[in-house]
Amino acid sequence: MLDHLDTLEAESIHIFREVAASFQRPVTLYSIGKDSSVLLHLLRKAFFPARPPIPLLHVDTTWKFREMIAFRDQVAAAGDVQLLVHINEEGVRQGISPLVHGAAVHTHVMKTVGLKQALDKYGFDAAIGGARRDEEKSRAKERVFSFRNAQHRWDPKRQRPELWSLYNTHIHKGESVRVFPLSNWTEMDVWHYIRREDIPVVPLYFAKERPVVARDGALIMVDDERFTLREGESVEQRMVRFRTLGCYPLTGAIESNARSVDEIIEEMAISRSSERQGRVIDHDPSASMEHKKQEGYF
Amino acid sequence: MAASSNSNRGLLRFITCGSVDDGKSTLLGRLLYDAGMLPDDQIEALRRDSRRTHPDGDVLDFSLLTDGLDAERQQGITIDVAYRYFHSARRSFVVADCPGHEQYTRNMATGASHADLAVVLVDARKGLLVQTRRHTYICALLGIRKVVLAVNKMDLIGYRQDVYESIRAAYEALAAQLGIGEVHALPVAALRGDNVGLRSADMPWYEGPTLLELLESVDVQPIQGVDFRMPVQWVNRPDQSFRGYAGTICGGHVRVGDEIVVQPGTQRARIARIVTAKGDLQEAGVGQAVTLTLDKEVDVSRGEVIAAAAQPTPEADQFAAHVLWMGDEALLPNRGYWLKVGTRTVNARVTSIKYKVDVNTQARLAAHRLELNEVGYCNIDLDQPVAFEAYATNPTLGGFILVDRRSHATVACGMLDFALRRATNVHWQHLDVDRRMRAQSKGQQPRCLWFTGLSGAGKSTIANLLERRLAALGYHTYLLDGDNLRHGLNRDLGFTPEARVENVRRVAEVAHLMVDAGLIVLVCVISPFRSEREFARGLFGGGEFIEVFVDTPLEECERRDPKGLYRKARAGEISNFTGIDSPYERPTAAEVHLETAGMSLEAMVEELVAQILPDK
Repeated sequence: MLDHLDTLEAESIHIFREVAASFQRPVTLYSIGKDSSVLLHLLRKAFFPARPPIPLLHVDTTWKFREMIAFRDQVAAAGDVQLLVHINEEGVRQGISPLVHGAAVHTHVMKTVGLKQALDKYGFDAAIGGARRDEEKSRAKERVFSFRNAQHRWDPKRQRPELWSLYNTHIHKGESVRVFPLSNWTEMDVWHYIRREDIPVVPLYFAKERPVVARDGALIMVDDERFTLREGESVEQRMVRFRTLGCYPLTGAIESNARSVDEIIEEMAISRSSERQGRVIDHDPSASMEHKKQEGYF
Repeated sequence: MAASSNSNRGLLRFITCGSVDDGKSTLLGRLLYDAGMLPDDQIEALRRDSRRTHPDGDVLDFSLLTDGLDAERQQGITIDVAYRYFHSARRSFVVADCPGHEQYTRNMATGASHADLAVVLVDARKGLLVQTRRHTYICALLGIRKVVLAVNKMDLIGYRQDVYESIRAAYEALAAQLGIGEVHALPVAALRGDNVGLRSADMPWYEGPTLLELLESVDVQPIQGVDFRMPVQWVNRPDQSFRGYAGTICGGHVRVGDEIVVQPGTQRARIARIVTAKGDLQEAGVGQAVTLTLDKEVDVSRGEVIAAAAQPTPEADQFAAHVLWMGDEALLPNRGYWLKVGTRTVNARVTSIKYKVDVNTQARLAAHRLELNEVGYCNIDLDQPVAFEAYATNPTLGGFILVDRRSHATVACGMLDFALRRATNVHWQHLDVDRRMRAQSKGQQPRCLWFTGLSGAGKSTIANLLERRLAALGYHTYLLDGDNLRHGLNRDLGFTPEARVENVRRVAEVAHLMVDAGLIVLVCVISPFRSEREFARGLFGGGEFIEVFVDTPLEECERRDPKGLYRKARAGEISNFTGIDSPYERPTAAEVHLETAGMSLEAMVEELVAQILPDK
């Protein structure tokens, strides 16, 4: 009998293969985080011994942690998977910044709009992402193969029924699907799998003394000179790590001593807060993820 | 909780069935809360949200946890299936939380297709209701064989054992009748938490496990066939030296050296390697995603099934099946759809609805169509044979979906029961003289010109003149006129949407035979529905089918009214008249679009001749 992780792995591989066999121009959204690391690992496994027939796409908001970008470049250097990077140059020209324009505007312009630009530019008809249903309420109702119209919009009321592992992959020209092979994984499953398969992840997940500023109830890491202190703020060195990774000014660190995958798993087992708590963007009005998703956010 | 053992726990997938009033979401939220799976910030958010919906009183409204979509919160109901994940010290769980109302039957079936067990809720004050029967029937239809019956709101009936026992007895009788073999019953009070995660102090007479204990310990063996089967998903060919077939094993197990057969068909080979990224395996079984290589060159593509040679699957192109209709537009017999089973997609038609099943009473009713959320027992006809198994034996090779060829929506799910005998007994007779030879001897390229348009648009007039031209040029033609056919072949058909679909199907099949015979066929039928015209197109080879849209405005057709039909339709003497009280779906991609208002008859015929005989 297969254990729980074997079952999840097989399910995800099945989904990757279904995408490769059914779409003309599929792509895997690579956001450099732990879920992306697992996606990449599964992508390689699904098509072994062939090289993965699906490229990676990173939508760079220009505000990622420097360690994330270094990690991404290492991944690209392995050479077996093609990595595309897209930046919303229009947003850069407008000088969009999370520190000036706020989380909502920055995320919309640099991430959501940037993603749509990239999908249109390359004509991708299937975009694979690492979202999991256990992350957030509106994601709990997301399909594995989630239909998007030609404007990349999600209509929660018109989702296709999805039975068994029979995926409806039919779309018209210009339409696309978002595909979520990790739908049924939990955060705990992801870490157990990372440990079992020895999958490399960005070092920011592990505790270390880092320079942080307490701002609006979150610990924000000072990652480069663009970060400016407000009155009364000061930079402190604290033992912290990150539970999820996004744009550095929008991602809160947690105080932790977990320096290895084992210690992270141990810490999580007694943790009493949920994964995306540190994401500033999620703390908009309660249904914000549902609205962002309708507009084309992953 | 023992973090280290997480990966070794089995996974239980279950569905919760019950309506809002039964306290389903409350029970589920309570279960998560009692299992310690709600993080502090989620509890805090829940407390905030609860205050918004219950301004007076400090309660946790657990139903808000799962009713995630805005639309659902506004209406206070669950519309879509929500998946929740949690684990206890002994097991990991995936819960499909589904709406219970009759108008969401399709969502419930979706949830049930992902579950090995159902938790059915009954309000102790009300006992078994129509909805209890419906929920149980849908679970049984989707193959769930184990149910946990949670008799809820025991606190509101003073925790009376006699009430509980009578509900339990009644439910066991119902479950047995519907084919559910195993029922575990327990009394709960979800709001207060009695017997959910913690034992109730108020029901000492109940000595069984709590709901959480029950779910942790129940043994579920999902139905999986015993004979080896793997639908091929993707052919892995990195270079000339490697050719493997990737897929997920959906039945039995396979060893290196085993003899297999590629189905449908009779090609046999032996397993050379079982490849995975972690290294080759000697043996693999159900649920594993692998890549198989064979000891000799055989032709295998996506959609085919690799099966144990000694126990091949049945193959057929006609089936009897239960179909649950999920489309907004009704299922009409003989309309074409795509059917996906395993990894194969083929063209399919429902040839007849033997009966529909009242989901509340399971009464069998006569039916000519299936509406949204209705279940029917149907005959299905495919354009090519597939390898399959009965759903009860192997859900992967017996469960299918139907996809609308125009909207691409998933419009139905179905469970194959058995093949109809005709496919195996009536063999396709292969003939020595084929269509190419017949076409050659006539010295022409056979074609079907399909004239569609409103009554009185001028279809027959144009086609008639065109046929005269072609005949004068020495071509072999035939004109199939819709009205004329209704005097003979289609004499038994009326003008309801169902009859129109069948009418067009027959005309298309006849036209197909005539093209096969080498003729240039001109077909004149209103054919108001795009799906039927697409069905007709699907019968022909590339370039053989030419759709001619005779586009005359309704006012003009009505002014001409050559047969006096518009006048009668307006007077209410005839019904289902296209353009008046029955729709005409305009072609969007016809090969020839004749806007008759601005063109002479001669010019239109010239354009058609140029289309059929480009070199004339």
